[in-house]
Amino acid sequence: MTPAPARPARGDRAGLLWLALLLAAALLLPWYRGGAPGSSALAEGLAGRPWLLPVPAAGLALALLAARGPDWRRGTAAPALVLAGLALLLLQAFAIGLRGAALPGLADLLRGAGAGQAGLGWGGFLALLALLGLLSDLLAARGFCRGERFASAAIVLTAALLALFVFYPVLRLAAAAFLDQDGRPALAPFLARLAAPDLWGLGCLRGAGRCGVVVNTLVLGLLAASLATLLGLALALLVARTDVPGKRFLRAISVLPIITPPFVVGVAIIVLFGRTGLLTVWGADLLGIRPTRWVYGLPGILMAQVLAFAPITFLVILGALEAINPSLEEASATLGARPVRTFRRVTWPLLRPALAAAFLLAFIESLADFGNPIVLGGGYEVLSIKIYFAVVGARHDLGNAATLALVLLALTLLAFWAQNRWLGRASYVTVTGRSDAGLVAPAPPVLRRAAIAIALPFVLFTLAVYAIVLAGGFVTDIARWDLTPTFAHLWTAFSFELGAEGLRLYGSAWQSMITTLWVSALAAPLTMAVGVLAAWLVARQDFAGRRSFEFGTMLSFAIPGTVVGVSYIVAFNVPPVDITGTLAILVICFVFRNMAVGMRAGLAALAQIDRAMEEASQTLGAGGSRTLRRVVLPLIRPALFTGLVYAFVTAMTAVSAVIFLVTARYNMATAYIMGRVEGGEYALAIAYSAVLMLVMVACVALIGLLVGRRRLGRRSALSPVAAE
Amino acid sequence: MNRRTVLAAAAALAATLPAGAAFAQAKELVLYCSVNEEWCRAMSEAFQRETGITVLMTRKSSGETFAQIKAEAGQPRGDIWWGGTGDPHLQAAEEGLTVEYRSPMLAELQPWALRQAETAGYRTVGIYAGALGFGYNSTLVTENPPACWKDLLDERFRDEIQVANPNSSGTAYTMLATLVQIFGEEEAFRFMAALHRNVSQYTQSGAAPIRAAATGETTIGIVFMHDAVTQAVAGAPIVTVAPCEGTGYEVGSMSIIAGGPNPEAARIWYDWALSARAQEIGALAKSFQVPSNRNAATPPEAPRLADIRLIEYDFAKYGSKDERTRLLARWDAEIGSLPK
Repeated sequence: MTPAPARPARGDRAGLLWLALLLAAALLLPWYRGGAPGSSALAEGLAGRPWLLPVPAAGLALALLAARGPDWRRGTAAPALVLAGLALLLLQAFAIGLRGAALPGLADLLRGAGAGQAGLGWGGFLALLALLGLLSDLLAARGFCRGERFASAAIVLTAALLALFVFYPVLRLAAAAFLDQDGRPALAPFLARLAAPDLWGLGCLRGAGRCGVVVNTLVLGLLAASLATLLGLALALLVARTDVPGKRFLRAISVLPIITPPFVVGVAIIVLFGRTGLLTVWGADLLGIRPTRWVYGLPGILMAQVLAFAPITFLVILGALEAINPSLEEASATLGARPVRTFRRVTWPLLRPALAAAFLLAFIESLADFGNPIVLGGGYEVLSIKIYFAVVGARHDLGNAATLALVLLALTLLAFWAQNRWLGRASYVTVTGRSDAGLVAPAPPVLRRAAIAIALPFVLFTLAVYAIVLAGGFVTDIARWDLTPTFAHLWTAFSFELGAEGLRLYGSAWQSMITTLWVSALAAPLTMAVGVLAAWLVARQDFAGRRSFEFGTMLSFAIPGTVVGVSYIVAFNVPPVDITGTLAILVICFVFRNMAVGMRAGLAALAQIDRAMEEASQTLGAGGSRTLRRVVLPLIRPALFTGLVYAFVTAMTAVSAVIFLVTARYNMATAYIMGRVEGGEYALAIAYSAVLMLVMVACVALIGLLVGRRRLGRRSALSPVAAE
Repeated sequence: MNRRTVLAAAAALAATLPAGAAFAQAKELVLYCSVNEEWCRAMSEAFQRETGITVLMTRKSSGETFAQIKAEAGQPRGDIWWGGTGDPHLQAAEEGLTVEYRSPMLAELQPWALRQAETAGYRTVGIYAGALGFGYNSTLVTENPPACWKDLLDERFRDEIQVANPNSSGTAYTMLATLVQIFGEEEAFRFMAALHRNVSQYTQSGAAPIRAAATGETTIGIVFMHDAVTQAVAGAPIVTVAPCEGTGYEVGSMSIIAGGPNPEAARIWYDWALSARAQEIGALAKSFQVPSNRNAATPPEAPRLADIRLIEYDFAKYGSKDERTRLLARWDAEIGSLPK
C-alpha cells in the first residue's frame, strides 16, 4: 500500500531548509579548509577565484525561484540549477589542485587558477551536502521513492558517501597501478608487475625454488580456512549436540580472539614455540628435541590464524546447528536410522551451507590478515605484507603496491562471489511457522569422541596463549621465564603525575590510548547509524541502483585493510577532500569499512519484522524518518547492539588500514603496539594489549547497558525451552 | 539513570580530549623520527623543555617515513625528519622533497657528516655514524668465533644467520652496497649466494636479526654495530664484531621537509640537534652511535670508528635511485629467489 502523496507544507519546509543551508554555506562560511571566517565562496569568488561563483549564484537563483511561489520545485529550472551547481562545484574542485590547474589549458582559461587552491572546508562540504539534499528533495517531488523525502535523502546522501569514501579511493588506487616509474600512464609496467614470477611461481610445489606470493597467500588461506572450519565444527557439535561440561566456558573463550589486539597472539606463540620458547626449552630438556625455528613461516601463521578464526567459524556453524529443526532428525531416528546414519544423511546435508559460509569467511579473513604474518612470517611472504613493504620498503614502489592490492582485491571478491553463488542455489529452510518441538538428536558417540579430540588441544592452546598475554605484561620478562612481578611495563606506558598543575600524563601510551577511545567512540555510533540506514533502504525501499548500492557497501568490507590504507593516502592527501592527518579520516575509514556488518545485522533483523507495522505507522501519518525512529529502531535493538559492539571493537583492534593513516597527533593503540613489537619490546606490547582488552570488555558492557535488549511485548515461557 | 551514565561517560571522555585537538598551539614542530623510540622521546622532551616548542613526534622506520613524506608531497604535514639511515635522506633530496639549509653549526661537524651534506647539496646533514657489522650469541658460539665476512660462510652456521631483506630495510641495503664495494659486484653476489645457505630468514626490519640473536632465536645477526651494542648493554650475551675485511657504514641524517607547516621551528630544531649537548642525549637513551658534532662526547660503549677498517663508502653512487633499483633487482633475481 502506498502512503498519501506529498504533504506540501512539510515537504516545502525540508526543501527550504536545504536551500537555507546552501546559502549559508556559500555566502557565510569559509569555503576552504582553514580559511578565515569571512572567506566564503562569494568573497573568494569576487577576489580572484571566479570559478567559485557558480555555487553562490545557483543558491541565489534558487532562492529567487522559491520566493516567487510555493511550487518552485515543479518546473525544470530548479533541477537544472541544482545539477549545474553540483557539476561545477565538483569540476572546479578536482580540476584546480593545491599547486595549480590539474588539467592543462585551464590556467590560461581561468586567470588565477595557476595559484591553486586548498581543500574544501566547512563551506565547501556543507554546500555539497545542501546541493545533494536539494537534489534528493527534487527527486522525491518527481516520485522517486514513492515521494518519500526522507528515504530519498537517505539514498542520495549514502550513495554520495559511498562514492566518495569507497569507490573513489579504489579508483585512484587502480589508476596508480597503471603509472610507470615517472608517473606517466602506461599499460606495460602493470602487465610486467602482474606477470612477475614472484607472484605466481610454483617452485615450492616442485621442490625447487620458492612459491610466488599469490600462491603462498592462497595456500595459507585454504589451509587456515579448512582447519578453522574443522575446529569450528567440532566446537559447535560439542556445544549443541553433546552433554560435555563447560559449554558456557567454550562460548566465552570463543569471544576472546575478537577482542584481542593483533600481534599479541603472534608474540605469545613465539614466547611458547620460538627456538628459545618455553615449550621448546622444556621439550629440549625433558625429551631431547632439538630446538628449531619451525614456528616462523607457514606453521606459525597457520597456528595463529586458526586460533583467531576458529571462533568465527564456530559461531556460524553453531547458529546453523541450532536452527536445524529437530523434527527432521527425530523423524530419521523414528524411521530406524542409527545416530551415525542420521547425522550423515540428515544433519550433515543441512549443515553444508553453514560450513561453506564459515570456510569462505575464514578464507577471506586469512587473505586480509596482516598482524600475524608480520610477526610470524619469517621468509613466508603473503600479499598483505608484500603490499605493506612495497609502500614502506626500500624501493617505495606505489605502482607495485597498487598492482598487488588489485590482485588481493580480486581474490577477495572472487571468494565473496563464490559464497553468494554457493549459498544461493538451494533452499535450506527448516525454520517454519509450524511446531518444531522435536528433541535434538545427540551427536553419535564416534563423532563426540572425535570432536573432543579436536577441540581439547585448541582449548588448552588458547588458555596457554591468553595466560601468556595476561601474565606477560606484569612480570619482568616472560620470554626468559623471569617471573618477578612488576608494574614497570605498565608504568612506562601509563605513568602519570598528580602535581600542582593537575593531572599530567607522561606515559608513552596515553596519547594513542586516548585517540583510540575517541576514534572508537565516534566511529561506533556512526557506523551503526549508516549501516542500519543502509539496511533499511535495501530492505524496505525500492529504488533504481539498489544492487550496486548493496555491492558498494559490501565492497568496502571486502577490501583488505592494507589496500584501504594505501588508497586513502592516495585519494585524500590532496584537495579537494584533504583530510589525511586528521581524526576525521580515521573515523571515516572505520565507518565505511565496518558499515557492512551493521547492515547485515540490520537486514537480518528487518527480515523478521512484518512490514505491516511500518505501513500502519505510515497510514497513521508518520513520515519515513518518524517510522524508522519510533517503530523500526526499537524492534531491531539486538542488531543495533551487534553493530555497535562490532564497530567499536574493530576500531580498537584494527591495524592494517590505520597503519598508514596515523600521525604524530593521532596515533592509534594498534600502531603503537606494532612499533613496540618491531622494537622487540614484547613485554610492553603485551601489557598494553592486556589493558586494551580490559578497556574493551568494559566498553562493551557499557554499550550493553546503554542500548539494552529488545523489549518486545511477549510473555516469556514459564520454563527454559526443552531443547537446551 | 541511563542518560546520566551516558552524560558522565561523555564528560569523562571529553576531559581527556588531547590539547592539540582543540586548537593548534602557537608554536609546534612536527617531527618524523627514525631512530628507536626511546631516543626519539628523549630528544623531543629535551627540545620541548629548552625551547618551549611543542614537539609532535611520530616514530617510523626510515623507509616508512620516506614513503610518508613522498605520499604527502602534495601537502607536507611534517617539518623535520630526524634520524634514520642516510640513503633515503639522499633520495628525498634527489627528489626535491627536502630543502637546502646551511646551519651555522656545520663548522662543528665531523668530515663525514659534512660530506653527506655536500653530496645532497645541503638538503641533508649527518647527525651520527654507525658501522655495519654483526653480533653473535656467545652462549651459542663458544669457540673459534667469527671475525670476518668470509667466516659467515662456515658450514657450522647453516641456518643460523639472520639479516634483513634489502628491499625493506636500509640496513640490509647498506650490507649489499658494502659487499659490492669490498669484493666487487660479481664476487659480492657469489658471496651472498653462498651466505644464502646459512641465512635462516631475511627479516623485514633492519635491527630484528640482532634481537633474535639476543634471545637465542638465531646465532648471528648482521646489523649495525651500535644495535648489537644496545643488546649487549641490555644484558644479552651478544658479542659485536667488526669484520676483518673492512666494512661500510651509515651516516644517520636529518633533513628539513620542503613546504612543512613550521619551517622556522624546523630550523631551530636543526641547529639544536647538531649541538654537542643534544647529540649526547643518544647515549642516555641507550643508543650508541657516533655523534657527528666533534665536541660531543662519544659514548664509551660505542664502537670506535678509529678501530674499524672502514671502507670509502660511495654514498652518492649507492644512494642514487638508479643504482639502488638496479642492485635490488639483481638481488631479487639472484639471491632472493634462490631455493631454501
